[in-house]
Amino acid sequence: MKTEQLPDNLGRYGRYGGKYVPETVMSALAELEAGFSEAKEDSEFLNLYLKELSSYSGRPTPLTFAEGLTKKGGGAKIFLKREDLNHTGAHKINNAIGQALLAVRMGKKKIIAETGAGQHGVAAATAAARYGLECRVFMGEEDIRRQELNVFRMKLLGAEVVPVYSGSRTLKDATNEAIREWVRTVEDTFYLIGSAVGPHPYPQIVKHFQKIIGEETSSQLKDITDQDPSCIIACVGGGSNAIGMFAPFIDSSIPLVGVEAGGKGTSTGFHAATMEKGTLGVIHGSMTRLLQTENGQIIEPYSVSAGLDYPGVGPEHAYLYESGRVAYESVTDEEALDALQTLCSEEGILCAIESAHAVAYALKAASKYTENEMMVICLSGRGDKDVHTLISRREGGSDE
Amino acid sequence: MNNSRWKRFSNKNSFRFVPYMMGCDPDRETSIEIALALQEGGAEAIELGVPYSDPLADGPVIQRASQRCLENDVSLTDVLELAGAMRERGVSVPVIIFTYYNLLLQLGENRFFELAEKNGIDGVLVPDLPFEESAGLKKSCRDRDMAFISLVAPTTREERLKEIAQDADGFLYCISSMGVTGKRAAFAGNVKSFLANAQEQSRVPVLVGFGISSSSQAMQFAGVSDGYIVGSAIVEKIEALLPRFSQEQEREGAIREFKYFINQLVPAQPEKECNHAAENTADDIKAVSAGKTD
Repeated sequence: MKTEQLPDNLGRYGRYGGKYVPETVMSALAELEAGFSEAKEDSEFLNLYLKELSSYSGRPTPLTFAEGLTKKGGGAKIFLKREDLNHTGAHKINNAIGQALLAVRMGKKKIIAETGAGQHGVAAATAAARYGLECRVFMGEEDIRRQELNVFRMKLLGAEVVPVYSGSRTLKDATNEAIREWVRTVEDTFYLIGSAVGPHPYPQIVKHFQKIIGEETSSQLKDITDQDPSCIIACVGGGSNAIGMFAPFIDSSIPLVGVEAGGKGTSTGFHAATMEKGTLGVIHGSMTRLLQTENGQIIEPYSVSAGLDYPGVGPEHAYLYESGRVAYESVTDEEALDALQTLCSEEGILCAIESAHAVAYALKAASKYTENEMMVICLSGRGDKDVHTLISRREGGSDE
Repeated sequence: MNNSRWKRFSNKNSFRFVPYMMGCDPDRETSIEIALALQEGGAEAIELGVPYSDPLADGPVIQRASQRCLENDVSLTDVLELAGAMRERGVSVPVIIFTYYNLLLQLGENRFFELAEKNGIDGVLVPDLPFEESAGLKKSCRDRDMAFISLVAPTTREERLKEIAQDADGFLYCISSMGVTGKRAAFAGNVKSFLANAQEQSRVPVLVGFGISSSSQAMQFAGVSDGYIVGSAIVEKIEALLPRFSQEQEREGAIREFKYFINQLVPAQPEKECNHAAENTADDIKAVSAGKTD
């Protein structure tokens, strides 16, 4: 299946994607589209981006053979693509650096961003500090309370954290508010979106700056063996690490699996399983699959992991789900936390709860394969940010 | 367009006042009384908002109204049926359903238009459906003699404005300034030239909206537009009157106060005609003969 020509000129992946935004930002999207298509053809820009990723963020990140995890899984050899070793601790920085450099190239001096748990907020604030941009990060009041550490990091980095009081005061509403602010300041402000969501061309831009994950993985695998992996796995909230990991493999026949947050179970109503339980709809400027009521009101999702706690999903994922090219599975809070513990004790790696969802799926599926086969997990981030959650679950069994 | 209510709307030579109200805020009966008060106060058309969980184009006042209605589970169907009830009670000006796209998508286009026709809807405004995405819905509206209301903003580029304005139905909604709905003290710096340009290009009346909360603010635009839309200021007034609407003995007084408030929003007519007579007579004749009044 060829997806190179997607999105089409209206920004669509099949029936997904597009631009469902107020007229006021249409000219800014056109400007962004033009700015991006120039930049991606400019070898000087590409080299600058790659240089920053290597000399500043520490890329390439390693591909680690997980021997202990492999034993636990009892089947395929498991490899970890170590995005947790990036500067700021997750894949988010790849995109933040790319878009911040694009903002500079387009002559913008100010950026805004949305954040849930604060990972993208920290990445955006970091890039803003490095490239001399003024940065404001929109964050739900509820998340500000839950993620004190990241709020403080953003402030240290010189960003202003703007509390959002609307709706449920979490990522969904922070994104709404960032878009509203962009509508107000569109003439001099760049909206640095954190996941492969939003109106065209954002999903395409985010994929472009995250595809380095998959490209490195592909060449690192070739250094080890001529054999293709039997499965490539990544967690999916909005879907930026997954789309970056999958990008160079979409046109191959290698099985790809996206793992969603099953929360307390997809039959409970407390989950973020957009593919399994979502329906066609519009959120944050894009046609995709989302969790909503019969009348079209968007439902607040649930997951122990703040980064997967999103009611929609990137439009290209919705397309890959519908076409059947990528399989989307879900993993519960409990399974993810168990996997996080296993990865800690077997490999000495504390990963993010988000990434632990991918690990949990791999552990469940490994025994379907032989020891001569390989699975690759995108380990999207490290787990230091989740220590508070882990402590409170261990002590009291509560969610936060 | 053969819709007689739109014909009346476009033939008016006044500086048109078009209010926005959230459907069923605070409840169906009060909304009907509010609509009648708006019409009596001089509304030439009414925009009827539909509550949504994620209203991207709206500021805090309309967000709060949305939340209030969602607590009562008000749906797009409820608001369409409210419009029907408004008609039965004597609302005779064009009624425009103002809905985010996702609500319409979930109801289904066929069901939406079936209910819209049944309930006397004259127009549809979808704030998150830009020109590129709206061709299908616009055609469905035209097939039923309804107007799909198009929006343009101060950031809309010349060529695009021309394309949108020349294909507009009902009226052309010009966004006064950057940002979401809600009162504000100042408008975009280029707003007057933007409006004048829109007027030149548009085949339908040009109305200005977003942030207008007084008749004096509206009158700044009298020479360069054909009317104005007031939303948040009205919704905020309704919010302030909520405690009184909910008490039987206070309702009448609350409606009276609301009517007084609306009177303050409507400038003494016919100032616009005076302007026109003095400055723009030749242009007017040209506009009329160019089919501007549709």
